[in-house]
Amino acid sequence: MNIIKSTKVLFLYKFMQRYASSQALAADLKNIVGNDNVATSTAVREQHSHDESYHPGHKPDVVVFAQSTDHVSKIVKYCASKRVPVIPFGSGTGVEGGVTAPQGGVCLDLSRMDKVLSINAEDFDCTVQAGVTRNALNTYIRDTGLQFPIDPGANASLGGMCATSASGTMAVRYGTMRENVMNLEVVLADGSIIKTAGLKGRSRKTSSGYNLTNLFVGQEGTLGIITEATLKLHAIPEAVLAAVAPFKDLQGAVNATVAIMQSGLPVARIEFLDENMVDACNRFSKLNLDIAPTLFLEFHGSNSNIEAQGQIAEETCKSYECLQFAFATDVDKRAELWKARHNAWYAAQALKPGSKGYSTDVCVPISALSGIVTFAKDELKRLNLLGPIVGHVGDGNFHVFVIVDPTNPKEIELVHQYSMALAKEALRVSGTVTGEHGIGVGKKKLLIDEFGAAGINTMKAIKQALDPMNILNPGKVL
Amino acid sequence: MAIRILVGVKRAIDYAVKIQVKTDKTGVVTDGVKHSMNPFDEIAVEEAIRLKEKKIAQEIIAVSCGPAQCQETLRTALALGADRAIHVEVSGKDYEMLQPLAVSKLISAIAKKENVDLILLGKQAIDDDSNQTGQMVAGLLSWPQAVFASKVDIKDKQAEVVREIDGGLETIRVKLPAVITADLRLNQPRFANLPSIQKAKKKPMAKMSPKDLGVDIKPHLEYLSYEEPPKRQGGGRVSSVDELISKLKEKGLI
Repeated sequence: MNIIKSTKVLFLYKFMQRYASSQALAADLKNIVGNDNVATSTAVREQHSHDESYHPGHKPDVVVFAQSTDHVSKIVKYCASKRVPVIPFGSGTGVEGGVTAPQGGVCLDLSRMDKVLSINAEDFDCTVQAGVTRNALNTYIRDTGLQFPIDPGANASLGGMCATSASGTMAVRYGTMRENVMNLEVVLADGSIIKTAGLKGRSRKTSSGYNLTNLFVGQEGTLGIITEATLKLHAIPEAVLAAVAPFKDLQGAVNATVAIMQSGLPVARIEFLDENMVDACNRFSKLNLDIAPTLFLEFHGSNSNIEAQGQIAEETCKSYECLQFAFATDVDKRAELWKARHNAWYAAQALKPGSKGYSTDVCVPISALSGIVTFAKDELKRLNLLGPIVGHVGDGNFHVFVIVDPTNPKEIELVHQYSMALAKEALRVSGTVTGEHGIGVGKKKLLIDEFGAAGINTMKAIKQALDPMNILNPGKVL
Repeated sequence: MAIRILVGVKRAIDYAVKIQVKTDKTGVVTDGVKHSMNPFDEIAVEEAIRLKEKKIAQEIIAVSCGPAQCQETLRTALALGADRAIHVEVSGKDYEMLQPLAVSKLISAIAKKENVDLILLGKQAIDDDSNQTGQMVAGLLSWPQAVFASKVDIKDKQAEVVREIDGGLETIRVKLPAVITADLRLNQPRFANLPSIQKAKKKPMAKMSPKDLGVDIKPHLEYLSYEEPPKRQGGGRVSSVDELISKLKEKGLI
């Protein structure tokens, strides 16, 4: 009796201690950023405890909405002085649990830093605050003839996209965040503010000093908090041609992909759906596509040559035994053709209502793609899992959307096993365990497998140098 | 016989901007604030271009009334596919007090001058939300009107228009020349691309004044004050139905 009572008392005491200290924390933070920018309610903390992954949420103690780089710097300085963890938060659309707060602390929400600071159309670049979303940026520049073409699917914040080195369906033509971030303003673990490519740098190329920009692209908030980004912009194409081509088998689709990549055609998107995914999309979007491995293609060009390019693409696909080749240049017809691909994530989850999707993210050299997709399908069979497949085949990156009941721990364990097996296979064929989603909480062990001891120790040395007290997003990546 | 279309475009504060009311209550802050083509006008321009692509229209004329910056808006319309532009210059205090009736008179005068078959406008501008210009232009010209269009089909000098109304959808047929105003679901506007933006710089843009069109733009409405809506007050929790009832009685609500 007594032991149980004292355990309860101890639990209550710890809870009250933590509650009291988080109240004190909130009061101090309100002094820095004002009352309106600090939230302690359970609802707001819960919203900031998780992203779109199946990783369980962990609530921060306080949520702070920064309105300026100065705010961010002051908050980080304060948290450093109290050794309180700081977790940066953009849009919460990540898929690796990067925003959870397993040690509590301060969630630093940057969504109110949403200003587009400058557009330099002649230079094809722009500078934005970290909270600007990619849709907001593209809407803002819609009358300049330019676009920011990295489209990770969700309407993510650009700061978050920098922090996770995001990519999208057009990476095959326009690259990923690594190729498109020119300069970053970052607040470091001691509150100091740096620009990674020069105090005012906007040059298209540079040999100047260490490549700090690409150190911070992909660090997932563990080395610094991104507050501003200078990004490359690209021309909106004059003409777009979309095509859909089902194939007899997976190998045919991959071979056609390689041939198209080697043809010199201006391919902007080349996406793959396996027959299970096509079936799911037919049901969800009420379409009538052939249930076969299918390529979804998009070419960007000029009015004068786009039809010719469509014809070359058609001949190429036909030579690899595509079952048919449907294409369109009209914007509404193109949307119709691509409807399946756009709704894939939801179509997959609709296969089993009440389920959630877990997406794998391995990326391998294209020559290894056919082999590893076959491996992926065989493993699904072996573990008796349902997993339609979507792939950015032009990059050798594909996602198995494993459909799982989030309340069933046995299934979760199987998904975990599956993910590990697939990742190990990707490493075996010189690939990476995560092409675009990041490491977050779930892939830390795989990171060690991918880099080996010396590589990981180098990363740890950098972390130790930049954040010796480990207050920046602790528990992630390393 | 392919028709000729007049499209009205208004330069308004961009829809993504957080509006700030001036402290003296005389208006909203416009200095240094991003402006762009009114979103419903973008939809109207897109519809005109699609009619030209279908070879139903042979010429699209874009018109805007306002200060010199309106020319940027007109250049965007040209880049999207309009053939030529007309800028009716109204600036300073005249522009601050430019109201829908005056704009309707200007557009009607141009429509008559250019002998167009169809006037396409956005259903309303997102700054004043007046939703009057299309209707008044039709009245001034004695032309039929089809407003809040979500689908437009033109054949044999007639337009069959599906309108969004409170009860659902209404389909009407109007004889051209007519006025059609664009609603949100009419189409998804395209974005201008760089080659078109370059070409647009060379397309003709005519400038004229209200006097050239014989129109008196004097205002008939006076704006008394601009205020933000009252700030939302926090709510409170009650612990029982009895407490709810007594609180409602306290506030004189029951």
